[in-house]
Amino acid sequence: MPLEAPTREVFPQFGLGSELAFYFLAFLAVLVFLTGIYLRVRKYRRGRAAHRFNRLGSRLLHALQIVARNATLTRNDLYAGLGHLAIMWGFIVLFLGTAVLTIDYDVVRPIHSAWRFWKGDFYLWYSLVLDLFGVVLLVGLAMMAVRRWFFRLPQLDYKRTDAQAEKYDRGLYIWDDWVFLGLLFFVTLTGFLAEGLRIAQQWPAYERVWSPVGWATASFLARVGLSPGFAQAAHLYVWWTHAILALGLVGYIPYSKAFHVVVDFFNLVFHNEDAARCLPAPSPDAPSAGYERLGDFTWKELLSLDACTRCGRCHVACPIQTSGMGFSPRDLVLDLREYADALAVASRARMDQQRVKSNGRKVLFGAQVAAIDGLRVAGGLIKAPALWACSTCMACMDICPVGVEHVPMIVQLRRALVSQGEMDERLQEALTNLTRYGNSFGQSERKRSVWTQGLDFKPKDARKEPVEWLWYLGEYACYHPALQGMTRQLARVLHAAEVDYGILYEAERNSGNDARRAGEEGLFELLREKNTATLQKARFNNLFTTDPHVYNTLKNEYPELNHGRHLVRHYTELLADLFARGRLKVTHKLPYRVTYHDPCYLGRYNGVYDAPRTVLKALGVELKEMPRSHRDSFCCGGGGGRIWMEEIGEAQARPSESRVREAAALDGVQAVVVTCPKDYVMFADAVKTTGLEGRLVIKDLTELVAEAVGLDSLAAASPPAQRTAA
Amino acid sequence: MNIAVLAKQVPDLVEGVEIDASGKAVDPTSIRYILSEPDDHALEEALLLKERTQARVEVFSLELGEVRDTLCTALAKGADRVVMVRTGLDTPPDNHTAAKMFASLLRGLAFDLVLTGVRAIDDLDGSLGGLLAGYLSLPYVGLIRKVEISSDGGTVVVEKEYPGGYAAELEVRLPAVLGIQAAEQPPRYVPVSRLRQVMKTGTVEEQMASPTPAEPVGVERLFKPEEGAGAAMLSGSPDEVARQSVNLLSERRLLR
Amino acid sequence: MANNVLVLAEHFQGHVTDITFELLGKARELAPALGGSVGVALLGHDVGGLVSALGAAAVVYAADRPELREFTPDAYAAVLGIAVAHASPRVVLLGSTSVGLDLLSLLSARVNLPCIDNCTAIKFQDGGLVATSQIYGGKVFAEVLLTQRTTLIAVASGMFPAEAGRVSGKPQVVQIPHALVAPEPQTSFRRWIEPPPGDVDITKIPILVAVGRGIQSADNVPRAEALAEVLGGAVCGSRPVIDQAWLPKTRQVGKSGMTVKPKLYLALGVSGAPEHVEGMRGAELIVAINQDPQAPIFSVAHYGVVADLFDILPLLTAEIKTRQG
Repeated sequence: MPLEAPTREVFPQFGLGSELAFYFLAFLAVLVFLTGIYLRVRKYRRGRAAHRFNRLGSRLLHALQIVARNATLTRNDLYAGLGHLAIMWGFIVLFLGTAVLTIDYDVVRPIHSAWRFWKGDFYLWYSLVLDLFGVVLLVGLAMMAVRRWFFRLPQLDYKRTDAQAEKYDRGLYIWDDWVFLGLLFFVTLTGFLAEGLRIAQQWPAYERVWSPVGWATASFLARVGLSPGFAQAAHLYVWWTHAILALGLVGYIPYSKAFHVVVDFFNLVFHNEDAARCLPAPSPDAPSAGYERLGDFTWKELLSLDACTRCGRCHVACPIQTSGMGFSPRDLVLDLREYADALAVASRARMDQQRVKSNGRKVLFGAQVAAIDGLRVAGGLIKAPALWACSTCMACMDICPVGVEHVPMIVQLRRALVSQGEMDERLQEALTNLTRYGNSFGQSERKRSVWTQGLDFKPKDARKEPVEWLWYLGEYACYHPALQGMTRQLARVLHAAEVDYGILYEAERNSGNDARRAGEEGLFELLREKNTATLQKARFNNLFTTDPHVYNTLKNEYPELNHGRHLVRHYTELLADLFARGRLKVTHKLPYRVTYHDPCYLGRYNGVYDAPRTVLKALGVELKEMPRSHRDSFCCGGGGGRIWMEEIGEAQARPSESRVREAAALDGVQAVVVTCPKDYVMFADAVKTTGLEGRLVIKDLTELVAEAVGLDSLAAASPPAQRTAA
Repeated sequence: MNIAVLAKQVPDLVEGVEIDASGKAVDPTSIRYILSEPDDHALEEALLLKERTQARVEVFSLELGEVRDTLCTALAKGADRVVMVRTGLDTPPDNHTAAKMFASLLRGLAFDLVLTGVRAIDDLDGSLGGLLAGYLSLPYVGLIRKVEISSDGGTVVVEKEYPGGYAAELEVRLPAVLGIQAAEQPPRYVPVSRLRQVMKTGTVEEQMASPTPAEPVGVERLFKPEEGAGAAMLSGSPDEVARQSVNLLSERRLLR
Repeated sequence: MANNVLVLAEHFQGHVTDITFELLGKARELAPALGGSVGVALLGHDVGGLVSALGAAAVVYAADRPELREFTPDAYAAVLGIAVAHASPRVVLLGSTSVGLDLLSLLSARVNLPCIDNCTAIKFQDGGLVATSQIYGGKVFAEVLLTQRTTLIAVASGMFPAEAGRVSGKPQVVQIPHALVAPEPQTSFRRWIEPPPGDVDITKIPILVAVGRGIQSADNVPRAEALAEVLGGAVCGSRPVIDQAWLPKTRQVGKSGMTVKPKLYLALGVSGAPEHVEGMRGAELIVAINQDPQAPIFSVAHYGVVADLFDILPLLTAEIKTRQG
């Protein structure tokens, strides 16, 4: 049938047999693809409900704009971000190109050939756009190949860093990476080659402008001696190579890393930003607390396991992993995924039969699986020490470009460990103390306000009289001997600024944030009940706290508190406000050069970065930021209940030690300013163990404020002798 | 195999102990009670034996303080039956009286093994386990850190602690009473959610102890030691204190 | 009329232990005032050679039988019961030890005699005998007036000076008669379990650096070891430290560990619970560092510092190194 120029034959000089062969192959490829999708979706459906369909419209829009800009990829890694943008848009455009062509040829043409649009100006612009984006795709692929091969990046090192390192051979992952990259590359390359060979036959003049790459390819081939006749023959072969590779790619997608092009968008749609801030309550019908089997995971979590592209960002961002403490969020996700895949393929009976192979190798999606202790996930598949090593700092979730939610999964697995009683003795002791005494120090509740002795005024009792601000101190501020002096300082600063505040005295209990993250959900609920009852009886307008952990849970996990519309603030926000309004005045500008450590639960979790810096500015100090600041702040290693647990990992390599060294490397910086009591304790200790005493000092912001407003006469160094009632 | 565990509530030293106005007894209002730690170990050892031999574990405790919480915790840990024993007395009995009460309670019941903590912090007149064994004419060994039941269930092999890391392995004919110093593993943890559930649904039985004439120990006076009367305190900055300390050592010719 | 004092002699690996001498010394003080004499019960097998060490007593009530070679509570309680009947004592003194504790309660119930535990002092008061006992982790002392009946008293180690009881002599030896109806032995000794070998004997080291809970983790123990090294001593620990396996059992100081009497006992982060103090109160110089100003260790220490031990420890180590050149 004559063609109206400009256009081209979809099937160049194909007989019916060839066309049929193509369609048959295409059908096979699509069948393989759909089967793969079906298997994946079936795997997700084995999970529990996730309640992620709320606000679907805004979820979709939000995900679309993230994906379109690759915002989560360009952050912190511009090279990879740009390379991926190129690949993604190149792929999308070329995919749409094929879709358009298919619609025109296979849908419109059989219906009414006069309606065909894939010709004329449309065809010309089509051709140009596809050519350009094909180049973009190739450039992106080349960038990534160079990155993968030459840059020697730690995030692309798949070697495990936990105790099981020797048993694992991840060669297949690397194979999968290169196959995917290679397939895309050769599909595109053969596409250009086919185009060039096609042009090299008839040399249609318009192609010089509208298919510049094809034209250049053709010219190159002609220069090396290609004749139009040879071109015609070769074109067929190259066309079929291209077709088979492309169809192969289609079929390959659900069984490989390529699947991320399908699943990551959905993972972002169903992602909750506050998944770590507000952990999920156990479902009432769950047979046990926490995740024991894979079926306990939600479909969203099972989906997110597939969304992981092994980019390694979480692996290198994790303070626990980089300190060699035997846990990696990446390996958690990959272990769970491999297990889910193995279960999806094998029936349970077969799983039971597949005990340890001699070298315990694990293979991608499949066949051989290392022994898994009675199909137990927590403590079996994922070893308990690894699960306990996490400090819940959320760096993994924050940096993950595709919205995997590591922290809630870890907490759910910890819930199962707690249920089984599998935890170290120090943690057990802390939890027992929390249950009995309402604080992890194992001290009497009656001593909670002993810190107030030494003040020349008595803070208001919010249980008895109404106050504007309730100061929820947190147990560290009350009980820890090194911190009680600073608590008094803040009390006096606020008193001098005439802030109307009160405390709960003996009625205050641990807020439960860390107990919850340690997996003791029952304890969290008990504490929350008690505290909510106390708070409901107390009279206050708003609430502030000195501890970011308390801040996080009161703000995000105490629904009854916030239904009362109380503001929850961190003390730095209060101080910033006081300075701004002139209620606190700096009498001595501080001539120090300091750096500031963003606490995980204040910064990354709740987005409070500016208030402490505003205060520092008002104090006149020179602030020099550490390389890892704001969202990239490096955890002290004390969160998630870790401060209660046995210290693990190599001495000198711990997160807190790494962090103080980072600060000490800044020229002329004398102090690390902290605004979290756990940071203070962890870093003060780290300064000693790294021998940096004399070089660096740890200061809570309170201490600097007290000095600057002239309140430092009663030094915080040693609390006065305590005469207790016991 | 039936195992009885005798658990005792003692004052929680975290909350402190005050002496009452008479000076002869502790002030009960100042006290918060907690399970005696060696008894917690006794319970743990009993539960370990239950896991190994399908034994039955019953826990008995005199009514005092939050004893229901303690007994529910025992249920949550796996005890088969828990019993709160009412004494009908105004004050907690001394160990001789308590031992007589338990002796009449347990006499005639088919217990193969009675485990209890080897001592408690408020022991003044001996330990409950030894006294109970004496009244029941049963063998007794104290300071136990390991219990193994023989395959025929007729004897137990125990390890008794001695100073300096030594221990004696003894074989005891059942029925017997053992005073536990430490279980083979630390007392297990009960998740709060499980404990709360047991407190709602578990059963704590009650029994009345038979009236027992008490011959109380003749406490004339209770007193507290003077606080800090011992040490001469060094003070100052860490540097100063270190220097003072080293001066001390040097004066005593303790430095090389 | 019961006016004698009977002491239970304890022996281990062929030697009479210190607690026996401590009790004998006290008995020598009490017996004359009571108008009686000191008797000592010696149970065991082939223990005749120990008699001369027990010169502080007037009479040795001996039971030298194969079945008594090693301590088993029931057999010893039966024999001791007969000895008590023959010795007609006012008080029977036992050590608050692995042996004495079992016997105290078992015997008290079997022969229906009152008993007192955790005794730290015995004195005459208002014509009667008053025993002082330590309870509630050392926070409270109780003074108990003894009744007229024979009373069994278990005394904590180190309360009375041992020298007062270390008298050689030739006491009269009286054989304890066998029971009329000998019961079947219910408890039999199988073997001794020895502590793991190859470590230092802390009882022989003149300078000890002790660590307690305050040392916080196994990783910090080397810092104490560094201090011990510059001092030429060794590290030991309280029970919690050994329970956590931060130090081997051979380094445990206390009631169920070793009793030490070094020239210097430097206690870092040790709270000073009575069970620990019992093992080290005899040290010549006790210096304690603890964050808690009310830690019981300060009652027994000669010098104390209220501070974070991690602040002081490196400074001490450095200062000592400098001084020693």
